Amino acid sequence: MSVIWTMIAKRLGLGVLTLFVISVIIFGATELLPGDLAQNILGQSATPETVAAFRKELGLDLPAYTRYFNWLFGALQGDFGTSLANKRPIADLIATRLGNTLFLALYAAAISVPLSLLLGILAALYRNSIFDRTVNAMALSSISFPEFFVAYILIFVLAQSGLFPSMSRMDATVGFGEALYRTFLPALTLTLVVTAHMMRMTRAAIINLLASPYIEMARLKGMKPMRVILKHALPNALAPIITVVALNLAYLVTGVVVVEVVFVYPGLGQLMVDSVSKRDFPVVQAVALIFAAAYVLLNLTADVLSTLSNPRLIHRK
Amino acid sequence: MKDTNPAKPVLLTLRDIHIEGRSEETWSPIIKGVDLTLHKGEVLGLIGESGAGKSTLGLAAMGFTRDGCRISGGTIDFDGIDLRAATEAQRRGLRGKRIAYVAQSAAASFNPAHKLIDQYSEAPVQHGVMSRAEAERDAVELYRRMRLPNPEEIGFRYPHQVSGGQLQRAMTAMAMACRPDLIIFDEPTTALDVTTQIEVLAAIRDIVAQFDTAAIYITHDLAVVAQMADRIKVLLRGDEVEEADTRTMLAAPKEDYTKTLWAVRSYARPVQPPVAKGTTPVVSVRNVTAGYGAADILKDISFDIHKRRTVAVVGESGSGKSTAARVITGLLPPRRGAILFDGAPLPADYRQRSRDQLRQAQMIYQMADTALNPKLRLRELIGRPAQMYLGLNGKALTDRIRDLLHLIELEPDKFIDRLPSELSGGQKQRIGIARALAAEPKFIICDEVTSALDQLVAEGILKLLDRLQSEFDLAYMFITHDLATVRSIADEVVVMQNGKVVEKGPKLEMFEPPHDPYTELLLSSVPEMDPDWLTKLLRERAAKAGKG
Repeated sequence: MSVIWTMIAKRLGLGVLTLFVISVIIFGATELLPGDLAQNILGQSATPETVAAFRKELGLDLPAYTRYFNWLFGALQGDFGTSLANKRPIADLIATRLGNTLFLALYAAAISVPLSLLLGILAALYRNSIFDRTVNAMALSSISFPEFFVAYILIFVLAQSGLFPSMSRMDATVGFGEALYRTFLPALTLTLVVTAHMMRMTRAAIINLLASPYIEMARLKGMKPMRVILKHALPNALAPIITVVALNLAYLVTGVVVVEVVFVYPGLGQLMVDSVSKRDFPVVQAVALIFAAAYVLLNLTADVLSTLSNPRLIHRK
Repeated sequence: MKDTNPAKPVLLTLRDIHIEGRSEETWSPIIKGVDLTLHKGEVLGLIGESGAGKSTLGLAAMGFTRDGCRISGGTIDFDGIDLRAATEAQRRGLRGKRIAYVAQSAAASFNPAHKLIDQYSEAPVQHGVMSRAEAERDAVELYRRMRLPNPEEIGFRYPHQVSGGQLQRAMTAMAMACRPDLIIFDEPTTALDVTTQIEVLAAIRDIVAQFDTAAIYITHDLAVVAQMADRIKVLLRGDEVEEADTRTMLAAPKEDYTKTLWAVRSYARPVQPPVAKGTTPVVSVRNVTAGYGAADILKDISFDIHKRRTVAVVGESGSGKSTAARVITGLLPPRRGAILFDGAPLPADYRQRSRDQLRQAQMIYQMADTALNPKLRLRELIGRPAQMYLGLNGKALTDRIRDLLHLIELEPDKFIDRLPSELSGGQKQRIGIARALAAEPKFIICDEVTSALDQLVAEGILKLLDRLQSEFDLAYMFITHDLATVRSIADEVVVMQNGKVVEKGPKLEMFEPPHDPYTELLLSSVPEMDPDWLTKLLRERAAKAGKG
């Protein structure tokens, strides 16, 4: 097992390094944006003296690297600074939004991951049958439509009839069951968007193995087709499946901007869009960093799990 | 055919079996009306070249066909059950329980994700023959009978933690788990070294006899089948050539085809005069130590290869033969020692060698399948080195490619624009040779070039290499584990074990006693046509061990 711990430590180190590089890029990118922040906030009518004073207050007169490290050390301690738009601490602002985004992502994942694994396994079992073709065609059409289109179709079909709400407003008073009900449509939209990728990877990874000698051996031992797939093919197909699942989970956290906007869902994506339009750069930086961290963390988990699924790597000779 | 052994009841009867394989949109015949009768406890040897349909016929005895194949005619009767008329569920109920299968490569046929014991107990538990605990106890017993080391523990290992020979025995034990009436052995020792093969052969033979299990033993190795089978059936392109009991078949084969199979091993290259003293060898390996990571794979090895001479490097897998080739070609720079070419030292790393130095030494690989880019036509495959090393272009290049195809005895007009997938195994290997020749080298490393081929095809390749050698004054380093090949093509032999050269010298001396003990073991492990060979050998070795 020490092999695994070394590997995890190495990957964690690399992950931290990646995040560091990303933080530099995020900070650098906002630096490059044209216009002066203080000027923007105070408006064109402000005198140069007030602008200079405000710049000093914001710390904009300091050199870029000093501001970068101040920002980075703050972020490491959970302090992302204050929003320029409403003067509230960004950490507070993000906390509820992040909770909402994770809730929606987990909700969509809880539906889409089991669903796509099941469909993928069944499609592999009944490959080239009508079932297989139907599932494939449906998955491909749902992934081919843009998210907002899928969202509006769902609103048209399921919200017009009053079955589910078309707006997913959330606040502290909403209970768990009510939250599931209110976010059903966005979760379903996301499910439709990510299922195809995971399902097709599951199917392909399994079918890819069906020509292996050990699969033939299992069949020649008289094992039932379902057992051959679940017991003999699936464990060896896990690595590629895990990778694709992780990519899609990361997408569920970071790629939901459009869906959140359509359903007026108070998540991180919407916060990001709002902040960009208000030129509230500290918030944009914080959200971008969280998105990057989600990607890095999920891919790290995927790497570790793929390794764990391979006995050749954990049980050495 | 007539009932050859009326003393025992018939277990399996195949009548007029036709099997077809799908290629593109048409069905072409693989098995063309073969009959087969097997009695209880009897071992039938099925032999033939690859493509003869041995495996297909063996699997048909289980009522099984691979994807893209179908049984199109005939009847299969297993102990009163019509396997063709039976439902898939009924056939599944027989497979693993009453008819078991042992595959060619145990390393590939064990599921890498599960421990041996999990795979062992699967059939008995799923078929309801015994409980998991009973199966585990039984496994230890069978592992012991298969003479596996640590029978109590070996089941709890993963396949990659067990050696090839042990895996093959574990697979035979797994096939025995439900005490089947019939086992299909599909080339079970082909992938093993000769010394390992003996142990596996002996273990299989004993266990089949102990449980009075009937078996179909599929192989292309005549000497092996002579040890294992009561009767032999010879197949050629899906047709039966002849069938007789083993001794009759070996002593007096009736058909011409069978006679050619028996005669294959007689090819031998004429003995070359010894190299004159003081001649500079083309390649000289001097005190080379090399390895990967912390381990040394090669330990201080030295040997020379002269112009127009073939040096066979023999040894079992893991002995360092291929590593030696990697050092010579510069793929693996040695830790100590040097490679001299025509007396001048070569840079250790191929990246530091000049294009001309690279051109001089070429390589032919074991698996022609994977060594040829499947997307390139022969014109490009052979033309690329001629273009790169000799700067040929346009018509000169085409002429050169045609010449090379002539040299390897392939009709240029027919072959020049083919893809590797449109060639047979032997033809692919010929392309590998042409590609090496295209660079006009002085020295060629042949890495197990015939071990993936059938004997007749391999023979053709050996003869071709031989002819090319005298035509172009080539020096060959011939890596092989097959001593029959050594006998037919080598001038000198280098025997390797655990990264060391244990013996080297002219071929004639090598095959005459006294030998180094390891060479002795290797030589005595090569199966011979005598059906009593294995029995005698085991008795001799037991006697020696008793004395020692």
